[in-house]
Amino acid sequence: MKYIDGFRQGDAGKFLGKRIRENAAKLAAAHPPIFIMEVCGSHTMAISRFGIRDVLPDNVRLLSGPGCPVCVTDAGYIDAALTLAKRDVIIATFGDMVRVPGSSDSLADARSDGADVRVCYSPAQAVDIAAENPDREVVFMAIGFETTIAPVITLIPSAMARQLENLSLLTAFKLVPPALSALIADPEVKVDAFICPAHVSAIIGSNAYLPYVEQHGVPCVVCGFEPLDILFGIDNVVSQFLKGERLLVNQYNRVVKPDGNRAALALFEKYLIPVDAGWRGIGVIPQSGLGIKDEFEKFDAAMRFSVSTAGGAPDPGCMCGEVLKGKILPADCPMFGDACTPQHPVGPCMVSSEGSCAAHYKYER
Amino acid sequence: MCLAVPMKLVEVNDANRGVSELNGTRYDVDLSLVPDAAVGDYLIVHAGFAIETLDAAEADERLKLFDGMAAVWAEQDASK
Ligand code: SF4
Repeated sequence: MKYIDGFRQGDAGKFLGKRIRENAAKLAAAHPPIFIMEVCGSHTMAISRFGIRDVLPDNVRLLSGPGCPVCVTDAGYIDAALTLAKRDVIIATFGDMVRVPGSSDSLADARSDGADVRVCYSPAQAVDIAAENPDREVVFMAIGFETTIAPVITLIPSAMARQLENLSLLTAFKLVPPALSALIADPEVKVDAFICPAHVSAIIGSNAYLPYVEQHGVPCVVCGFEPLDILFGIDNVVSQFLKGERLLVNQYNRVVKPDGNRAALALFEKYLIPVDAGWRGIGVIPQSGLGIKDEFEKFDAAMRFSVSTAGGAPDPGCMCGEVLKGKILPADCPMFGDACTPQHPVGPCMVSSEGSCAAHYKYER
Repeated sequence: MCLAVPMKLVEVNDANRGVSELNGTRYDVDLSLVPDAAVGDYLIVHAGFAIETLDAAEADERLKLFDGMAAVWAEQDASK
């Protein structure tokens, strides 16, 4: 299919690689290495899978940011789901969440102890599960960034339309722009430019990044997930540095509009409200999450069942937080590949295929 | 969780349900987030929901640029 193959042509990749290296060489004398952070797990995975780092010169470095929604989910959130599972609630969840360790156990452990944990490919399946089990409570594990929030939040109008009283959401929704602010503000994090996520941007629109460019002078380039999209984005960042520009560029304008997806944003507006949110390994970032508005409280599982999703006690040896902030590479974690593997993940970064540790383990070890 | 590749919308059923196709495989897709999608559009699908439609004109234009880069590279390679 041309919309896939056309964006993976090897020769165009070589052309771009050469242009990046030539421009970077011109830059090298005047500028320290450029650190470009991708803040999306699908970019992290694509960069590893297509070997993008191999074509880059030494002074253009890629860092992975906190862009995997599973990886930034607090241990306390998993603990809350486990508490509900023990109360005979049906837990409906994306598959990636099942093996994420909480303070001690994961949902996979609970399931082998008899908990009713059901994996959904689409959140819409949770509505069917609730309809089929009218005498039981069903809780959907509502995690994700903007891209995932949009589908998940449709559960509320769907449940209302079908008059279901037994479906609620355990929310840990996260927003990308506030995380970028937190990273820029962290003196230990070195970021010169952002590769902005493709499909989060499809929801929020490319203009959401304007403040970072205007206030912080950090170039933001919205890129698609294909290897040529990513190389073209890196090429753009390098040429911006060469020309002394700091711009917002939407390289993925075949999908991303300046104002995003209006239908999705209207749902956010109707049902959700900004809240402070805890990011595993990073801490609480103000107004970086979305919670359910009071008027729709009966759909909020934390309220409905009085459970707290905060904090928890993740394995103290796991360095996911440092990995998520781009301070270390996964291989720098002493547990990487030894105590911690995709078969026996210690931290969430090793669980999800979009996690930095899992992507490095699979493609770059 | 992101299916990064676009899929063609081949069928629209009631208001919010459709069927998309990729390499001969058909997938159910929820269209509630893309109210203007029509049969023949390419969709970006995430967790069973179309989250946006592909702008074919923009995509074709970018492809032309990449095709051009590939051609330049192939020519240089051949003349070596
Ligand atoms: S290798 Fe494992 S323990 Fe180390 S940071 Fe990654 S997920 Fe955490």
